[in-house]
Amino acid sequence: MSIWEYANPKKFMQTSAWVLPWVTGLAFVTLVLGLTWGFFFTGDDYRQGSTVKIIFIHVPAALMAINAWLMMLVCSLIWLIRRHHVSALAAKAAAPVGVTMTLIALFTGAIWGQPMWGTWWAWDPRLTSFLILFLFYLGYIALWEAIEDPDTAADLTSVLCLVGSVFALLSRYAVNFWNQGLHQGASLSLAPGERMAMTFKLPLYVAMTGFVLLFVALVLIRTRTEIRARRLRALEARGRMG
Amino acid sequence: MIALLLRDLRLATRAGGGFGLSLAFFLIVTVLVPFGVGPEGGTLARIAPGILWVGALLASLLSLDRIFALDHEDGSLDILVTAPIPLEGAVLVKAAAHWLVTGLPLTLAAPVLAVLLHLPGPGFFWMTVSLALGTPALSVIGTFGAALTVGLKRGGLLLSLLVLPLYIPTLIFGADCARRGAEGLTAGTPLLMLAGITLGALAILPFAAAAAIRANLR
Repeated sequence: MSIWEYANPKKFMQTSAWVLPWVTGLAFVTLVLGLTWGFFFTGDDYRQGSTVKIIFIHVPAALMAINAWLMMLVCSLIWLIRRHHVSALAAKAAAPVGVTMTLIALFTGAIWGQPMWGTWWAWDPRLTSFLILFLFYLGYIALWEAIEDPDTAADLTSVLCLVGSVFALLSRYAVNFWNQGLHQGASLSLAPGERMAMTFKLPLYVAMTGFVLLFVALVLIRTRTEIRARRLRALEARGRMG
Repeated sequence: MIALLLRDLRLATRAGGGFGLSLAFFLIVTVLVPFGVGPEGGTLARIAPGILWVGALLASLLSLDRIFALDHEDGSLDILVTAPIPLEGAVLVKAAAHWLVTGLPLTLAAPVLAVLLHLPGPGFFWMTVSLALGTPALSVIGTFGAALTVGLKRGGLLLSLLVLPLYIPTLIFGADCARRGAEGLTAGTPLLMLAGITLGALAILPFAAAAAIRANLR
């Protein structure tokens, strides 16, 4: 039993068909629980009022925006090294989800920033690096769409993802160098010294779990769609030949 | 490889090669900005390093799709791939040729155009140095982008979209170096970072670009 078994599309389809309802259900439950808890059963912050509650969407979305790219990076590496098609298709499937998460993080940040910082947008390092991440996602998706041959597209987007990751990291530090920020530091940290009260932290953890599960469910659905589309194309090609 | 370099240079400088295109674009940007911003010396002097850097970046972006497109059309790219010299080397030569016909003239033109923007005295040296160090990175990154989009019919827009985020670190450090130089601050740190980006891009990206070309021509 090794993870490479799932490189077989048939095995992947079987297992994901079994896993998908559970993940979707759990994602639904944790999201409803986390967001309801966060929105309605936590107190208002004494300075920020109820705007603080946007954190229950903002932080998990930002978390998934970055982790989706990391997942695409891992999948791209697997495709380049072992040439498993499921891996390339999973990377393709994750990109639109990642870009949506990036947009959610940017928009909720703007909505929160307007009353708190007095501006919708600031050229703050964190905001700017998310904007750059958004551009990387756009380029990646556009490249997938532009190339007809699926294997060539997978190769080129994988190379772009590797190079893009290096440059995204570089931009992260360049942007720090370029402008000191308004944005607060990490919301959650393992270091001693509480940054957030437990009453906010627990629902936030639940919401984060919900976003992770939602991401997994969406990527599974999209990967399954991609595999089916690939099969359909193969069938059509066979039909034309026969 | 030298023969390839000379061939590319000759192609670029002859008629229709687009040698003057980048320079003309650079000239247009720097001449138009004062009309948009207003002729006030203080404002222009403050934004001059940024304008020159953005102008140079866009000007070198303009000619990127020429790097491989013409060779792809007439089939000489296939010959390059099967040639005895490694494709990575050929890519590096292509990037060098692109730099020689865009980056180098832009670097030389920048101090002249900087006069129009009232760049403060000490800024001239740092402007030239930062452009000289930074434009090779722009060329190599652009060559990588061109390699990714070589098989596409209308790859120009996609190429800009792909290259835009990759250019950001170079722009940040380059423009910051020129700005600090113009304001009389020490500009050593961003200059070192810029040099680091250029060297890193020169070392890594030819391999990525060569892999992209091989995938495109398979």
